[in-house]
Amino acid sequence: MATSSVSKGCFVFKPDFKRKKVSFPIADYFNEGESLSEDSKLRFDTCQLLWQQMKSEAEELQEELNKNLFDSLIEFLEKSHLEFRKKSTKWNYQIKCREIPTAALVLGVNVTDHDLTFKGLTEMLRDTVTPYVVSLQAKECPDVKHILQKLASQLMGCCIDMESTEEEYVQSSQRKMHYSMAFLSTWYKSVTQKTSSESVKKKITSFSHWKESPPIVIILKDIESFSTKVLQDFIIISSQYLHELPIVLVFGIATSPIIIHRLLPQAVSSLCIELLQSLSCKEHLAKLLDKLLLTTRFPFKLNEKALQVLTNIFLYHDFSVQNFIKGLQLAILEHFYSQPLSILCCDLPEAKKRIHSLSEDQCESIRRLPSFMRYVEKQTPEKQVASLTDERFLKEETLRFLEDLHSYHENFFLVLKCLHAFTSSLPKYPLGRQIRELYCACLEKNIWESQEYEPALQLLRMLAKDELMAILQKCLEVCKSPPGKQFGGTVEKLQEFLVQFQKLEETESNEEENGSGSQQKGLQKTDLYHLQKSLLEMKELRSSNKKQTKFEVQRDRVVDFIDNLVRKYLSPPDTQTLYEVVYFTGAHILREHLNAAPRIALHTALNNPYHYLKNQALKSEDDSIPNVAPDICIAYKLHLECSRLINLVDWSEAFATVVTAAEETDPNSTASEEIKEIIHARFIRAVSELELLGFIKPTKQKTDHVARLTWGGC
Amino acid sequence: MFPLENVVLCRESQVSTLMALFGERHHFSFPSIFIYGHTASGKTYVMETLMKTSELPHVIVNCVECFTSRILLEHILNQLNCLTPSEDECTSHIACDSFNDFVRLFKKVTQDQGVDDQTVYIVLDKAEYLREMEANLLPAFLRLQELTNRNVTVIFLSQIVWEKFRPNTGCFEPFIMYFPDYSIGHLQKILSHDHPPEYSADFYAAYINILLGVFYTVCRDLKELRHLAALNFSKYCEPVVKGEANERDTRKLWRNIEPHLKKAMHTVYLREISSSQWEKLQQDDTEMGQLKGLSAHAHVELPYYSKFILIAAYLASYNPTRTDKRFFLKHHGKIKKASFMKKHEKTSNHLLGPKPFPLDRLLAILYSIVDSRVAPTANIFSQITSLVTLQLLTLVGHDDQLDGPKYKCTVSLDFVRAIARTVNFDIIKYLYDFL
Ligand SMILES: Nc1ncnc2c1ncn2[C@@H]1O[C@H](COP(=O)(O)OP(=O)(O)O)[C@@H](O)[C@H]1O
Ligand SMILES: [Mg+2]
Repeated sequence: MATSSVSKGCFVFKPDFKRKKVSFPIADYFNEGESLSEDSKLRFDTCQLLWQQMKSEAEELQEELNKNLFDSLIEFLEKSHLEFRKKSTKWNYQIKCREIPTAALVLGVNVTDHDLTFKGLTEMLRDTVTPYVVSLQAKECPDVKHILQKLASQLMGCCIDMESTEEEYVQSSQRKMHYSMAFLSTWYKSVTQKTSSESVKKKITSFSHWKESPPIVIILKDIESFSTKVLQDFIIISSQYLHELPIVLVFGIATSPIIIHRLLPQAVSSLCIELLQSLSCKEHLAKLLDKLLLTTRFPFKLNEKALQVLTNIFLYHDFSVQNFIKGLQLAILEHFYSQPLSILCCDLPEAKKRIHSLSEDQCESIRRLPSFMRYVEKQTPEKQVASLTDERFLKEETLRFLEDLHSYHENFFLVLKCLHAFTSSLPKYPLGRQIRELYCACLEKNIWESQEYEPALQLLRMLAKDELMAILQKCLEVCKSPPGKQFGGTVEKLQEFLVQFQKLEETESNEEENGSGSQQKGLQKTDLYHLQKSLLEMKELRSSNKKQTKFEVQRDRVVDFIDNLVRKYLSPPDTQTLYEVVYFTGAHILREHLNAAPRIALHTALNNPYHYLKNQALKSEDDSIPNVAPDICIAYKLHLECSRLINLVDWSEAFATVVTAAEETDPNSTASEEIKEIIHARFIRAVSELELLGFIKPTKQKTDHVARLTWGGC
Repeated sequence: MFPLENVVLCRESQVSTLMALFGERHHFSFPSIFIYGHTASGKTYVMETLMKTSELPHVIVNCVECFTSRILLEHILNQLNCLTPSEDECTSHIACDSFNDFVRLFKKVTQDQGVDDQTVYIVLDKAEYLREMEANLLPAFLRLQELTNRNVTVIFLSQIVWEKFRPNTGCFEPFIMYFPDYSIGHLQKILSHDHPPEYSADFYAAYINILLGVFYTVCRDLKELRHLAALNFSKYCEPVVKGEANERDTRKLWRNIEPHLKKAMHTVYLREISSSQWEKLQQDDTEMGQLKGLSAHAHVELPYYSKFILIAAYLASYNPTRTDKRFFLKHHGKIKKASFMKKHEKTSNHLLGPKPFPLDRLLAILYSIVDSRVAPTANIFSQITSLVTLQLLTLVGHDDQLDGPKYKCTVSLDFVRAIARTVNFDIIKYLYDFL
């Protein structure tokens, strides 16, 4: 770049921000070579719209779940500093130690999700209780000085928000960044006096008693990471000012509240701790699945493998609901990106419109769908011809299939929930305790063909009456919940069952002693062995005295009924024609992106460079190293054969041999001296690259040796 | 103001020594006085009341609050500046950067305030924090009288003995005074002193007597005892308020309060439940059963692999490296413990505490204890890191990331056993100490 300077020197060129702003519209990425741009734009918009809807649904759920926690926190705040506000002169208050009210929020180990909770919490507190909310993170607070600095700057910040006149005051005292608690206390006094003398115009109305002295809520987001000394000193200081500053602490705890005792062996005596527990993340996930996937509200679905990948990451690795949502977003994006027919993955009325305007190419891709081909094969020859040639006929059929798919889902989820109501009460949970496990099983194959299904049904045939009735009641609620939908008379049937059981109950007292009362005891939740044994016994019993009680007859009918429902409605989605339109099947893509394996990738890259470089010359059948491979790959491959300590000289020689293997040069020529030096330099570079990647390190154990830092293949 | 003897109890000899040291107002006193004694032995209280009742010009600064020397010095000067309250002076803030400035400003301020003809007292409470500030601060305060050439006495209050303060370069030796712990008689007297106005002194004294009987063996801290006294007094009065007993029914009152206090010893006193919860319990008269203490919530829910990582880390921390082969190789043959036990290892590894281990050993153990095949994915590595942030593992000497980080497992055996139980892993079978 040119400068106007005449002298030599270093010049700083600030980057030109205007130029950088040119960005590609994301929709362009959807534009794959062959497909029409119009189509890809529509697909992208559909995707965006769908994602927005799902996201806001997820956020709503989050808010709803937080509400409980927040409500109890507000209740706690209301109780705290009562004496402060009333300027109490009670004997009790005067003499008691001043304790800082402290709410210990146990939020679970999914630390990444906490930010969202704290954000909501801060907003809620600002809106309803106090403008003075400060949140601190351990990494910003290496000592008391920093804590107070953060505290002061955040407090003054929220004060400026409230009143601009405050600014001069802040500025005059801010020039020296040395805040002390005493300073804060005078600040607080002046601020509260000012606001109470003027008319308070803040929207904080619900807590009128807070108006004069709103509490200062200090949120310590990650209590585990704070150092004992800093926290202890801070608490001692704060407790000394408690009669001037109504401080409330909020601890964000990821592990267990015991950490408070471990962290604050002494200062804990100046805290008045109340525990508040948030919903466990597993329950949160269950609710989320119920809202986003086990519903016909959103057309998009995951197939068994993809869902399994996402839930496995959740259960095995991070417990993070936010990450799960991100994974879901990726799946949606990938689905709309890679599946041209995803254009039909929208609500039914919209799909109807879109079917009309399907292009020839799109019709062709419908014909090529495996599920559609399967369908065509089963048709009469005339129909086959029509489907394959007549565009209008195809469109009609497509619409019909989409409608079928929709009602399939409607029934599917209802029956799934009913079946879950039944099986989730069984001992040992043969079909899974959580509905997601059952759902996965149903997505995979015909559930009634699974090994666990028959035994589960047999267990159901032994349920006690009150249990059975409770379950039926639950099912009834499930089936009734979508208003106006008629579900094949199931509701009526269920109701009928219930009524009959009630009747039975009334008559029961009369025919109490009817032989096999023992069966009605219900199943004790013991171990599997005993269960099977008692099952056998009951079977024998049943066959020996054929006569069943009325209840038993009725019970069998209920179980048969549910069995019928399952066989009718719970077939897996890949039996449905056109299921590809709404089901995302790229589990491997999710796994690649969300559960990356850096070590394996590195090993693959170095061990088999063809995998990434796709250069034919690098292809090797046996495990040999082609000498055209990058130097680092050659060095890496050679080092794999060594033990913990590697002799550099041997290594270098082996390297040279491999590199020169094909180049049949005369080793004694003068030119080869030069080549040797170059090869030596290449070797050194490769070795230092390996060191940088963390495969080897210099060692003092032996001269001319380096130590390997990895073992085995990866 | 009350006469001193009525408010400061059981410290007659200390008070009279101090009074003698201070002498008349214009007399020079000892340049520096160092007072030490356990927590709640009345150091702060005696100093405060002494200064106030005799209306001496003084400032009291708590050193915990002053995390830099600058704040400490400015604090002293600004408080001095407000000794005689006159509106405009108090609002002007005195800035002070160094001790040099402090000496100069100190002279100026005392002159302005018109106290240069009498002893000015500077009380530095929690003086142990001075040791963490600049090294020159303590020696300078010790000889402030000499440096300023004014009539000033600096009083240090500390829980730590003087020997731990003395800089190795030597310094001016202060006058040293010890506040001994209160005896049970003293405690009885002081605690009974502040009885609630509604009840007679005798009634309250009887209550304190019972309280001390229960708590004296575990706690002699005056502040804690007073806190407990205040918390439980309403329960003590309950029979009287209800009319079931009169104030002199000591036996009946005792039978009512004693089990209650014993319960308090295991709960509020240990901060297992908070004082507000305790008070609520008393009011509602509910049973303790529903309210669980903090330590009842020890359980931590972890992702599946995190549990195994933690177990692997525990094994790596408490098993000698040599024994890994025996525990984790499928066909290790029959190696008896005795044959591969070295002499010094006879002591329990659990008594020695966790040992650091490299990342690769952790992973190797992890792979052999998880039944399914785990790929070393980014998620596994980030799980290890999150266990570190959760303080379940700690990173040892993390100066060089490439050099292979080392970790230690910080959880207890009980904790890891609870975790292992949830994944049906019998950890005891894999621990060298329990062979
Ligand atoms: N001799 C005493 N007479 C009356 N009250 C006392 C006495 N000693 C201590 N106290 C009470 O005990 C409390 C704690 O004492 P404090 O001076 O803070 O102890 P220290 O500073 O030694 O830790 C004081 O607030 C005071 O009310
Ligand atoms: Mg003190």
